[in-house]
Amino acid sequence: MLQITSIEKGIVIDHIPGGFGMKLFHYLKLDKADYTVALIINAFSQKMGRKDIIKINNVIDLDVNFLGLINPDITINIIENGAIVKKLQLTVPERVVNVIQCKNPRCVTSIESYADHVFHLVDPAKRSYRCDYCDDIVIPHTV
Amino acid sequence: MLKGRHLIDPSDFTREEFRELFDLAHKVVKNPEHFKKSCEGKILATLFYEPSTRTRFSFEAAMLRLGGSIIGFSEPNSSSVSKGESISDTIRTIECYADIAVMRHPKEGAPRVASQWLTSMPLINAGDGGHQHPTQTLTDILTVELLKGNVENRVYGFCGDLKFGRTVHSFIKFLSKYKGIKLILISPEELRVPEYIREEIIKKNNIECIEADKMEPYMGEMDFLYMTRVQRERFFNEEDYIRLRDRFILDKEKMKYAGPETYILHPLPRVNEISIEVDEDPRAQYFQQAKNGMYVRMALILKLLGIY
Ligand SMILES: [Zn+2]
Repeated sequence: MLQITSIEKGIVIDHIPGGFGMKLFHYLKLDKADYTVALIINAFSQKMGRKDIIKINNVIDLDVNFLGLINPDITINIIENGAIVKKLQLTVPERVVNVIQCKNPRCVTSIESYADHVFHLVDPAKRSYRCDYCDDIVIPHTV
Repeated sequence: MLKGRHLIDPSDFTREEFRELFDLAHKVVKNPEHFKKSCEGKILATLFYEPSTRTRFSFEAAMLRLGGSIIGFSEPNSSSVSKGESISDTIRTIECYADIAVMRHPKEGAPRVASQWLTSMPLINAGDGGHQHPTQTLTDILTVELLKGNVENRVYGFCGDLKFGRTVHSFIKFLSKYKGIKLILISPEELRVPEYIREEIIKKNNIECIEADKMEPYMGEMDFLYMTRVQRERFFNEEDYIRLRDRFILDKEKMKYAGPETYILHPLPRVNEISIEVDEDPRAQYFQQAKNGMYVRMALILKLLGIY
């Protein structure tokens, strides 16, 4: 595998489903970062075949709910002094607020802009969510 | 305790709470006079962001028969809402004036948003887009109880537009919590119940169900036949509409197939899906059903205000 210099203090987001790394990179606004960031695409994975990895040489706030929503198999390693000091386990969140938006044009959130976009998990296997207001179902990791 | 609660979605109340509400509704039906001063000094606000005369009259009549008073608007053009006021501002202002409020809104979830800004005033959803209309379902259930004594172990026929018919979906969801329910769903192919109702409600609860496109063979076993309108604009072409329309119109001829105690219900307003000649049949219960709607709303207002 291509070697990327390991980081001293920061975060490694591993086991990102192949092809999703770039999207996540942009979502986390890492293209605007003024610290060292690496995006590795198509890394070999025993478990997944191909995976993407993001290495961030900085401590940033990660929206763990959002990552769990995308794929609970993503792993997050916290690095200090060049070594992993903590591994964060993601879960599929039961409730998410202002992470995804309701797309139903008849939904009240389309006209009342102050209303939070609140969703509840319906089916953990499908990772489908239901809008608290209009009951519309979305599967966030497919959109 | 239902005092101070909102009714936005039928799942807001437990089965026991519905029982408590229906028990009071039965008392109201038996002796409405007894409650004529129960809400003296109380104000009901009716916030109708789209016109629905029938539903508004039902709520207003309910409050007036309880001795209470009414404020409100029947279309947003005539109010500050037309000046772009948010739901959260409107509802908080109304809470300063009224003891209880009813909201009808074209957007789904609007009453839920409104309820989040309230501190103590109960709010009732009187229809939010194609989403929920819980007091119509209360009306339907009370009518079933009054005619047959209970909801369980009965055969319910539904006929017409079962795809877009919100009252039908809500009624079926409610029935799915009871034992021994059989459903007979009569509709054109294009207007059958949505997939989620079939999968998540009917199949998940192991409810016996028949789907068909004509009513006559099944009418004899039905305890209730719930008729809804088949709207012309739901069809792709005029020929289909004309070809199918008559199958879903209930007339005197088709009533011969109904059982002696097959009651006909309809959420009203009707267009032509039930012929006027059926009205005189004692099994036609849709006008009584409308009256029951007022009674159950009286009971609901009393419960949410904590008077009974
Ligand atoms: Zn929504």
